[in-house]
Amino acid sequence: MTDAADVDHELRVSKIRNGTVIDHVAGGGALTVLAILGIDGSTGAVVSVGMNVPSDRLGRKDVVKVEDRELSQEEVDVISLIAPAATINIVREYDVVEKHRVERPGTVEGVLSCPNHSCITAAAEPVTSRFAVLDDGVRCVYCETIVREDLAAYIDV
Amino acid sequence: MDHDHVISTRELSRAAIERVLDRAAEIAADPGAVADRHADRVLGLCFFEPSTRTRMSFEAAIKRLGGDAIDMGGVDSSSVTKGESLADTVRVLSGYADALVLRHPSEGAARMASEFVSVPLINAGDGAGQHPSQTLLDLYSMREFAGGLDGLTVGIMGDLKYGRTVHSLAAALTEFDARQHFVSPESLRLPRGVRYDLHESGARVREHESLEGVLGELDVLYVTRIQRERFPDENEYRKVAGEYRIDAATLEDARAECVVLHPLPRVDEIAPDVDDTPHAAYFEQAHNGVPVRMALLDLLFDGANGGNGEQSPIGSAGGGRDR
Ligand SMILES: [Zn+2]
Repeated sequence: MTDAADVDHELRVSKIRNGTVIDHVAGGGALTVLAILGIDGSTGAVVSVGMNVPSDRLGRKDVVKVEDRELSQEEVDVISLIAPAATINIVREYDVVEKHRVERPGTVEGVLSCPNHSCITAAAEPVTSRFAVLDDGVRCVYCETIVREDLAAYIDV
Repeated sequence: MDHDHVISTRELSRAAIERVLDRAAEIAADPGAVADRHADRVLGLCFFEPSTRTRMSFEAAIKRLGGDAIDMGGVDSSSVTKGESLADTVRVLSGYADALVLRHPSEGAARMASEFVSVPLINAGDGAGQHPSQTLLDLYSMREFAGGLDGLTVGIMGDLKYGRTVHSLAAALTEFDARQHFVSPESLRLPRGVRYDLHESGARVREHESLEGVLGELDVLYVTRIQRERFPDENEYRKVAGEYRIDAATLEDARAECVVLHPLPRVDEIAPDVDDTPHAAYFEQAHNGVPVRMALLDLLFDGANGGNGEQSPIGSAGGGRDR
């Protein structure tokens, strides 16, 4: 392996040209973030993932870098539920042009599906799922079911 | 126009509840005074599940206010069988009536429907969700028979997991200084959402698997039916349901003043011999459905008339998405 290739490799993992870096995800949360973003390897998206990277703030953190994609507010909202300490960095031409911490929204709309099979949002009705965000989980605004564990399993992609 | 909807007792304040109960007491005392009060009003009844009592008591209520009811009929005879969505159905029916009453097998159906209508909507049962008008008549009955709601010790027994009357009642009682005891088999305990609200409200709540230890403390025993379909097999159902049945002998351990309520219909969870004891109040409770629903409709119609920009008197304001 040549030095040039090493440099290129290093560059690939640490820096992206355009896209989003999701940093300060609690250790082990990266795969959930990927699930929220609908990234399963089949989409062709260029993605780098660092898992259990030493971090001053979190002890161990995960980092997800997605090239050529800036996240929607809805996606950031859902990420905030599983990674409340995350920071979102928007990168253009290798520079971080925007950096902010996620904020837990009051409600999330249209991203999670209700686990209650007899909820009206699971029926053939013109209704978008909506969840109120609680301190510890989310609650379906329609059927009032509370979801705490395994939010990623209910992400609607 | 800003409308009131009555979807969940989680949204009913103590003041709103008391307004309905006070109005119901006035109406019960002098029903003639309101006999023509809403002569121009039409109430739309949309029952996607069978109901005798709730449907008829709403119909009686609007007629005793001088108005009239229209009924979409059974689900099998309506456009629902042609695959029309609930959203479309209520949107159309809200053009025919001044208020709608909806019962539907899916949880959250009333909340969703309320987003598509231009008149007040009352949830008359959404699956295992809520049934707020039942709760209002339950509270009215408790106030009548037990003398008030503050300071009451209420036992709620039976299917606490799927029982919508239980969920509505438990949430509403947190607005009062009441102690709640929940009695059920392990598999039918309160769902997480209801438990969460009780906890958040700081309500004084305890859960039991047997009535025995707590019966002697109760001012009110609210019994609900445990349904066969909640259990995998007949034997297990019989075994469990048998433990949550009461008869006159059971009530020998109750306080003399303890009142037994039931949302009805009962099957065998309250033995007929209880009917002859002074504890039985479930038939009077059922009769209270009419004045309480008259009061609810009266306040909703007045709220819809309001016009002075004042906040509607009960329930959740239409169009508002945050709760
Ligand atoms: Zn739901």
